[in-house]
Amino acid sequence: MSEILVLAAHDGESVKKVTLELLTLARRFGEPAAVWLGSGADAGRERLAEYGAAKVYTADGDGMTDYLAAPAEVLAALVAQVSPAGVLVPATGEGKEVAGRLAVKIGSGVLTDAVDLTPGDGGPVAEQSIFGGAIIVKSKVTKGIPIVAVRPNAVAPEASPGAAALEPVSVELSDAAKGAHITERVVQERSERPELTEASIVVSGGRGVGSADNFALIEGLADSLGAAVGASRAATDAGWYPHQFQVGQTGKTVSPQLYLAVGISGAIQHRAGMQTSKTIMVINKDPEAPIFELADFGVVGDLFKVVPQLTEEITRRQGS
Amino acid sequence: MNIVVCVKQVPDTWAERTLRADDSRLDRASVDGVINELDEYAIEEGLRLAEAHGGEVTILCMGPEKASESIRKALSMGADKAVHLMDDALEGSDALATSLAIATVLQRTGFDLVILGSESTDARMGVLPAMLAERLGVPQLSMASKVEIDGTAITIHRQADYGYDQVAGTLPAVISVVEKINEPRYPSFKGIMAAKKKPVEVLSVADAGIDPAQVGLGAAATEVASFSKRPPRDAGTVVKDDGDGGVKAAEFLAAQKFI
Repeated sequence: MSEILVLAAHDGESVKKVTLELLTLARRFGEPAAVWLGSGADAGRERLAEYGAAKVYTADGDGMTDYLAAPAEVLAALVAQVSPAGVLVPATGEGKEVAGRLAVKIGSGVLTDAVDLTPGDGGPVAEQSIFGGAIIVKSKVTKGIPIVAVRPNAVAPEASPGAAALEPVSVELSDAAKGAHITERVVQERSERPELTEASIVVSGGRGVGSADNFALIEGLADSLGAAVGASRAATDAGWYPHQFQVGQTGKTVSPQLYLAVGISGAIQHRAGMQTSKTIMVINKDPEAPIFELADFGVVGDLFKVVPQLTEEITRRQGS
Repeated sequence: MNIVVCVKQVPDTWAERTLRADDSRLDRASVDGVINELDEYAIEEGLRLAEAHGGEVTILCMGPEKASESIRKALSMGADKAVHLMDDALEGSDALATSLAIATVLQRTGFDLVILGSESTDARMGVLPAMLAERLGVPQLSMASKVEIDGTAITIHRQADYGYDQVAGTLPAVISVVEKINEPRYPSFKGIMAAKKKPVEVLSVADAGIDPAQVGLGAAATEVASFSKRPPRDAGTVVKDDGDGGVKAAEFLAAQKFI
């Protein structure tokens, strides 16, 4: 069975959930082999085994996690070595960069933002949700080894044991790959909350929240549900919440099990980033707000009354 | 400093966008074209860097005749000149072919710094900056929320979930920007008038030295097998808050097993 290379997203010791999702998808086409850059594969191995990785290729040379172009070079070397049937990466900003570089290196077609992947004639068929989720497209790669960037939360990870045999690979990075490197990682948000694109529940606040201080309400509701916090562009442009938490056309695209839109009118700019959420709840005082068109459950009311009551009720129910 | 800003004309995101039934390609004719929003931030950053360090800002745009409106707008913001790569042979180019065509033009015009928006609002692939850097063999500093240049040293803040990474490289380089980086200026009346006289070089595939066999729909490495409109979501339940809206919302969450 052909190998499918899966680029592991990890923090140096444990893998992110999206990696388990990619392994789950990869098993539909072949034998998943994770690719781990930097140290920590020993620690991360167990989880990869649980989700079906037959092998774990490790590249732990100097600067592997600092050079921006390193992942694409390692993947290109592995592609030449093992001729996989496909390469899967997370459809995050970083992952898509890797996909783009790799596509040029190996002359293969690339598909991004897949929300599902199924076997088809002559390779995987990717389902993509475009124009803010308004249209569903099925695409395939017709040239080279398919490279597909898959959105976090596209599928539920399913466990299935694999050997996850560690196989060190030695890749000499080119001078070109060493052209840009990370000199410092500056942590501004020390948060216990799940990562926005990976979270199964997201609570977002918009213009209606009214100020940076009031975002404490959104955070409180999010914490009662173990959710990530997002914000509409109106809120990030106003400086009420940091830009990296923006959900929408020019921000993150999220696809959680549950999305709560609070004080968000639902301009296309925002809908483009959350329309594929499985269940959508809306709290807004304007009954005409377009966001209600998406709502599975909506409350027309003052968020400053509804949100505290909801948070309290959730906490009460969770406690009992 | 020779700064080139890549600009794409995209359908206005406020309009309803659709794919053409016959060839599954974006229907660009039926909606207004505008400058891709993130590219406006790229133009602004190019202008600021040229103001601070000296040099010239060139707009590079690949697209049909209609894209000349967007080129004029970019010039009216203050860019010095433009190159418009326009050829029927480019129609239907995928990301690989587009990056090949643009990289070929960049090699011809030369550059110290290439600036792009981190993604376009139509395809939203976000792969072009990386593809260009790879083809040009220069460093790529991506998702920049801040750019500093000192001689040939370039440092950026690269947006990350936890804050940012400081990324260092040397010119010539390709950078892509996020909207946090600046506030794009509006064209002034003077700028609009001046833009009419600024040079726009129109290049065909042959002029640019691009192999026509490697671009266009025929060269695409991906294909759309089918597309359909997302079925409308089932109408949900909407309640008016009569003092118990929060409790009702919690009941819904409980019924759906979220709590």
